[in-house]
Amino acid sequence: MTTTLRINGEEKTFDAPPDMPLLWVLRDILGMTGTKFGCGIAQCGACTVHIDGKPVRSCLLPAGAVGNRAVTTIEGVGATDAGARIQKAWLDLEVIQCGYCQSGQIMSAAALIASTPHPDDSDIDAAMAGNICRCGTYVRIREAIKRAAGEREEAKNG
Amino acid sequence: MSSLRQWYVGLSDTMRSVVIALAVIVAVVVASGLWMVTGPGPMAFAGGGRVALADYKGADPTGVPASLKNASLVERGQWLAKAADCTVCHTAKGGTDYAGGFAFTLPFGTIYSPNITPDKDTGIGNWTDAQFLNAVHKGIDDEGQHLYPAMPYASYTYMTDADVLAIKAYLFSLKPVHNEVPDDKLAFPFNQRWLMGIWNVFFAADTRFRPDTAQSAAWNRGAYLAEALAHCGECHTPRNLAYALNNRRKFAGETNAGWRAYNITSDRATGIGAWSDDALFQYLSTGHALGHGTAAGPMGEAVDQSFSLMPPDDIRALIAYLRSIPPVRSNLPATLAPVAPASHRQGVSIADARGKQIYEGACASCHSWTGVSPILPYATLTGARAVNDPHGINVAQAVIAGVHRASPQGEVVMPSFGDAYSDTEIAAVANYVTARFGAKASQLSAADVAALRKQVAQPQ
Amino acid sequence: MGKMEKIRPSRRGVLTGGLAGGFLFAFHLPVYAVNEPNEPPDSTQGKFAPNAFIRIDHQGKTTLVMPQVEMGQGVYTSIPMIIAEELDADFSTVAFEHAPANEKLYANPMLGVQATGNSNSIRAWWKPLRTAGATARAMLVAAAAQQWKVDPAGCTASNSVVTHTATGRKLGYGALVDAASKVVPPKNVPLKDPKDFVLIGKPLKRLDTPNKTDGKVVYGIDAMLPGMKFATIAASPVKGGKVAHADQGAAMKVPGVEKVIVLDDMVAVVGAHFWAAKKGLDALAVTWDDGANAKVDTAMVWEELRAASRKTGLVAKARGDAEKALGDGEKVELAYEMPFLAHATMEPMNCTVQLKPQSCEIWLGTQIMARVQSTAAQLTGLPLENVIVHNHLLGGGFGRRLEPDMALKAIRVAQHLNGEPVKVVWTREEDIRHDVYRPVYRDVIQASLKDGRIKGWKYRVSGSSVVARWLPPAFTGNHDIDFDTVDSAIDTPYDLPDFRVEVVRCEPPGVTTGFWRGVGPNNNVFAIECFMDELAKKAGQDPVRFRLAHLHGSPRHEAVLKLVAEKSNWGSPLPPRVGRGVSVQPSFASYIATVVEAEVDHNGEVALRRVNCVVDTGIAVNPDTIEAQLQGGLIFGLTAALYGEVTLKNGRVQQSNFNDYRMLRIDQTPPIAVHVMKSGEPPGGIGETGVTAGPPALRNAIFAATGIPLRRLPIDREVLAGRKPA
Ligand code: FES
Ligand code: FES
Repeated sequence: MTTTLRINGEEKTFDAPPDMPLLWVLRDILGMTGTKFGCGIAQCGACTVHIDGKPVRSCLLPAGAVGNRAVTTIEGVGATDAGARIQKAWLDLEVIQCGYCQSGQIMSAAALIASTPHPDDSDIDAAMAGNICRCGTYVRIREAIKRAAGEREEAKNG
Repeated sequence: MSSLRQWYVGLSDTMRSVVIALAVIVAVVVASGLWMVTGPGPMAFAGGGRVALADYKGADPTGVPASLKNASLVERGQWLAKAADCTVCHTAKGGTDYAGGFAFTLPFGTIYSPNITPDKDTGIGNWTDAQFLNAVHKGIDDEGQHLYPAMPYASYTYMTDADVLAIKAYLFSLKPVHNEVPDDKLAFPFNQRWLMGIWNVFFAADTRFRPDTAQSAAWNRGAYLAEALAHCGECHTPRNLAYALNNRRKFAGETNAGWRAYNITSDRATGIGAWSDDALFQYLSTGHALGHGTAAGPMGEAVDQSFSLMPPDDIRALIAYLRSIPPVRSNLPATLAPVAPASHRQGVSIADARGKQIYEGACASCHSWTGVSPILPYATLTGARAVNDPHGINVAQAVIAGVHRASPQGEVVMPSFGDAYSDTEIAAVANYVTARFGAKASQLSAADVAALRKQVAQPQ
Repeated sequence: MGKMEKIRPSRRGVLTGGLAGGFLFAFHLPVYAVNEPNEPPDSTQGKFAPNAFIRIDHQGKTTLVMPQVEMGQGVYTSIPMIIAEELDADFSTVAFEHAPANEKLYANPMLGVQATGNSNSIRAWWKPLRTAGATARAMLVAAAAQQWKVDPAGCTASNSVVTHTATGRKLGYGALVDAASKVVPPKNVPLKDPKDFVLIGKPLKRLDTPNKTDGKVVYGIDAMLPGMKFATIAASPVKGGKVAHADQGAAMKVPGVEKVIVLDDMVAVVGAHFWAAKKGLDALAVTWDDGANAKVDTAMVWEELRAASRKTGLVAKARGDAEKALGDGEKVELAYEMPFLAHATMEPMNCTVQLKPQSCEIWLGTQIMARVQSTAAQLTGLPLENVIVHNHLLGGGFGRRLEPDMALKAIRVAQHLNGEPVKVVWTREEDIRHDVYRPVYRDVIQASLKDGRIKGWKYRVSGSSVVARWLPPAFTGNHDIDFDTVDSAIDTPYDLPDFRVEVVRCEPPGVTTGFWRGVGPNNNVFAIECFMDELAKKAGQDPVRFRLAHLHGSPRHEAVLKLVAEKSNWGSPLPPRVGRGVSVQPSFASYIATVVEAEVDHNGEVALRRVNCVVDTGIAVNPDTIEAQLQGGLIFGLTAALYGEVTLKNGRVQQSNFNDYRMLRIDQTPPIAVHVMKSGEPPGGIGETGVTAGPPALRNAIFAATGIPLRRLPIDREVLAGRKPA
């Protein structure tokens, strides 16, 4: 079935079964491999994209269900203010280790500070707990979100 | 009465079974007297006008749908076997269809469904038509032994001989599977099968379906599908102390094997009276209706294995019949909770912070903070009876066992969390979910969840 | 500090590289036999390429070839720092590239093979890479001096520029490429005095992370080739099982499915994209012949292991008279048990292969470049040089990518195609169920206590030998003793004069075991540190003081323990049901003490409150990376302690995905403060140390909070709730 989606501001037309999850359309058909596969059951968050600015797990979202809503992926999130600030904080605080989970972490974090400019710990928990990081970068993710939101980085050896 | 209930709930399983045992014996003897006078049959609510099938002038409400009328005996038997949902109970978890061994965990022991493939040693390969009719209609096996009413013969008894024998023909067309099922493990007196003889006299009429001339053809077809084949009442109709269906509260909802079967009477508040025909049609044929949630557990199986295979006319017939069930108010919240707030900060919560913590990590990605899934309509919680049920047990069961549903768009799966999450955690998340997305928070404890696990567990 | 210092080839250095130790001893290879700077360099057209690691072109662009792989541990930053330090290169312009498969050039000096593991990248390469950098620098300086006709001694180099001190004349490295290439590499070039380091010791920004923020980074799973097919596989759910029957009909009907491949022990579905392949696989009705392991379950495995742990084992290390000393004082014997664990790297197993009659090209992320190449050559029958392996950044390694299985399975799929590239991606379920598992271990410790001091000490480890499978010479070469399984048991920092360590090898049925982040020290340190707490309690002493009393032989351990006690306010009052637990470890030539503070509620649920960790790892090449590695490692270890267990039933692994193989999440993660001590000692290993540190400290915190002495992992919440006996 031919479908057209608006991804990072560009119209992309492709042919795929309507139940095919957006994740695989992005990765295998459109070659946008920044969005990652981690579990396929919405338990890890590696596949997180934005649909009209809201974080959604693309591994279960049928591409056919997106319609004309705007899709933003890790390749495009830097064009948003929140995305750019998160990416910078991620590098300033050297959050990333293997990096495989980080597309999803950054997408979830960008959506968080876009909707909640000054998130506290409970906001960070609520927005980020669905994203697993096997390398265990959680401590720095929390610091970096606060940094991106313009908060002071707490002294590390607290 | 409620204090009696608390006393009863407080008992240990063994104590409980003893109590049930005594209660049953007493009840069987005492209650039965009254019963014969007052115990209404499943279709009694509709009033008189019922005639023997032979004398019924309208379209034949029994058998297969029109589209299959000219199909082979085996094909017709296959459809009927599905409509009667034989597979679910006669197939062990991971076992071959109809080879038996599915365990029913009851308060007073465990019984195993028999192998009904045509295997001569371990199945029903040697059964005669008469023996098969006896089993399905009267609950008596080839050796004259009484079956337990886990086999819904009290409902199947309404099936026509022709339909029963078509099912037999289908079963006998299957590949014989050699599968010795375990012996039942029942405490005294429940291991005394002869007791069932008495029980049957009072509670299992040996009678065939009688159409109602005062009702439409659709209603009669629906009645046959619901009572003789789909045996809705076996789960949805409350049971009395003698473990018999209490048709005075027909379809008012009951808990079986750790799952809650909800009120499907025409009561608008706590039943399905307020559902649109479309919603009912969607729900029965796909196991999901927007704003009403998704069938899981036994109802999920019933839809996947049975209702989803019925032609639209049969589904409509079922709806026509359900619509006629007298309203019975059950003890469920009358109004369903609306969509929850988008922020985790707002909305109803519970004291145990663990519930929210588990939800935000394992659940929110699919179900969101509002309860409306950003991913799949099937995953929307808002409006589902399960989350609006203060018992919370169907929510807990879905968390423990997950949900595996065949949808028209392919498989729909909620993973099972029972293996990695503790009873405490599952109770907490179920209580949080019913609080946030339902009308009233459940109060499940770790012990409740442990008990639920036992009820659905399939012993090896 | 005696024994701790001798890194070349110190007992510790070799033993912590257990496999290496055996391997090197077995063949009397001197450490650093490989990677001599005068080895012939590879792809070097028009560049100054004095050795296998350094390339400088005419623009002065310096490209460093990474002999170790980047899997998150930061080695693609620390290794360039080490080379650039001695090379005096301008770090802001340094670029890196993955090393090709080449055992000769890039074998890890401690492992003897081209592999990244055992937390030894820095330890193993510290000297050879500094030498490589210093030698190249000397050649560049010599070249400049020749042009200026001056004494090289009068020249200095920094930021990729040679300067003649007297005249101030300058030449950039780029301008010196041709001349330097003609200079004969000098031998025994002096290395910098650590006090002159300008890069090493600074928290420099990582070179690999910018592309990891915008989706540009390419992992193995992201390989994209023209005409590529996508496949997914299902191998026999039981080890050694075979396909009995596969009904392809339904699978071939799935839109996008192009081919169903049925092999003896696995099936694969090839399609236009992964989704088609996966739906095809779901539709493919396979019946398996489970074979010999059909009945294996976890209980059986534990029965065999417990029985084995009662036998006397091979003596891995002994001093004094343990037996005699055990008679002196109160004797204590306790056993500690560790479960099977899966790696669950965030990037599921995958590999892309293009197999042509004369060549095999492989795209993946692996910790073992050369082994992937050689095993692929064996499987395809192609000459080694016709097998090209393209390595990538790894989406997690943790030891899982020390195996070539994902490549070999992908090749077996490619063998049934006609030369098209095929990307084989495993589902997470396949990844968890077809792992090589961290072995179950049973560590039994006997000790005698007298007047608050430990007298005799007898330690028996029972479990699988991963080394015996993974690097047989390292096993046989060490008299059938797997140094990895006893690593930290031998290397315990405590003063134990009468001491004996035995090992009983016991291979579990139906399971392949593998290296898992933290390897041997995980089980040794857990057992020892839990045992120390139980001894302290018997002796009526505070756990920290009891340890300090036995640490006089290891001042560096003493120091980190004292500091962590201070940082964690050890001894200050805590609310009810909250406890602090400590652990001390010698693993990977790093000296680490950790305190975990945890709360246990009445339902046995455990909440982490805070973690303090102090590390002396010698010279800290990049302190920021070290902090990150310890934070991450601690979370990795605490995850395993709380939730990690792989179980088997009917030969099948029961866990499948993150719903039943559970991971710690951000909302359960406490503040983790890491303090990196200053030290001039040679660098130790870091990547795995946090994993080892977390579990015993948490277990001891629970012991302190509840008085319940857990002796099995994972933590059993039913036991803590009092619903099950300990
Ligand atoms: S891949 Fe989508 S949540 Fe894990
Ligand atoms: S950085 Fe490796 S999984 Fe998160």
